[in-house]
Amino acid sequence: MALKDPSLRVVLYEGAGAEPLTEDDRFSTVHALLESGFGVTRPSVAAGAVSPQDSSPLLVLGRWGAAGPPELEAEAAVPIHFRELEPAAGPDKLLAMVETARAKTETAQPGGWKPWFPVIDYDRCTNCMQCLSFCLFGVYGVDGERRIQVQNQDNCKTNCPACSRVCPEAAIMFPKYKAGPINGDIVSDSDLQREKMKIDISSLLGGDIYEMLRNRSERAKSRFSKERDSDKALTERQKCLIKLAQSGDIPPEVLMSLPGPEEIARRAEEAAAKAKAALAPLPTP
Amino acid sequence: MASAPRILYCHCKYAQVVPKDQKELVLRALCDSGSAFEAVADLCELSARRDPSLQRLASNGSVKIAACFPRAVKWLFHQAGAPLVLDQTEVLNMRTQSAAEIIPELLSSEVHPNLPTGKFTAPHAEPVS
Repeated sequence: MALKDPSLRVVLYEGAGAEPLTEDDRFSTVHALLESGFGVTRPSVAAGAVSPQDSSPLLVLGRWGAAGPPELEAEAAVPIHFRELEPAAGPDKLLAMVETARAKTETAQPGGWKPWFPVIDYDRCTNCMQCLSFCLFGVYGVDGERRIQVQNQDNCKTNCPACSRVCPEAAIMFPKYKAGPINGDIVSDSDLQREKMKIDISSLLGGDIYEMLRNRSERAKSRFSKERDSDKALTERQKCLIKLAQSGDIPPEVLMSLPGPEEIARRAEEAAAKAKAALAPLPTP
Repeated sequence: MASAPRILYCHCKYAQVVPKDQKELVLRALCDSGSAFEAVADLCELSARRDPSLQRLASNGSVKIAACFPRAVKWLFHQAGAPLVLDQTEVLNMRTQSAAEIIPELLSSEVHPNLPTGKFTAPHAEPVS
């Protein structure tokens, strides 16, 4: 997914020089665009204001009638495209027209990825780096001041809120999660206790999960150095994953997509090293 | 005289966490109101993409946002490098408030800022309806 690409700003224009839409047409147009992932700006001469123009390319939809869309008086600072909003054209035609304009302006293509990623509440975060140590997928990193931040949102595993459960302050939110406080609801004392219990996967497994997998790997190496019992190892891993899924709300498909124990151990070490470096004292000048 | 607050509606397209009826009632009311507004398909997606439009939406004066939990909205904007102005932003939560509560508040010219302004831990869990 290409991050930082601007999106197309679609404007539903009903001011001077255009015919107003009926309420039903306005709703169905806006609704169809939103359902396809496009945002809509609806200016009004009657009440309120919208944000001023910025660098986002504009697509202005309106019922211009016989006069057609307005001519631009001077070269615009950003690309502006006018299109006729045909009455009763139907959502398919509308969306095809908007998608054509989007492609032409090379703006971000909406959709294709459920935006599932952690959001840090810095009012609560203590920069302890537990999330960075925990995540095997490189979602977290640190900024220039060694402050934890979410750096690779699209590496996050959809519907997996596991890192939020290792946060001792309940500072990690997934806004699309079903329940609080992970969804952004107010954090309560009882939440803090409950989250702590839920994330204590290690207590179910007799130790840190990555440590456990690492140890298992070591045991496996010595035990099966000559004749490795892959079936048994797989069974053990599956048992472990089932426990993880039951304890932490982690989707089974996420757990099943985890790499093998050796790779988990390698990534865990890498993450731990990043966290350690972030927490190390700064060198004195 | 202060200008009327801008209105931002989030359709939360990529998840089922906001009831469909609720979203459509709010959107319908906006479309019928004659007020200017901006609607986005999904604030989370824009935040993940660090879309420049969030900067436009966060600045330029007071704003009322119909979306989800204020704490989530505050940090979604922050994470995208477009922090909301704390004393000029009111978030209406379509996950917990009814459309009947949200619509008059959204269309009112008064802003009741409600973004969290620091660490707060409630003594008891707030039920999520």
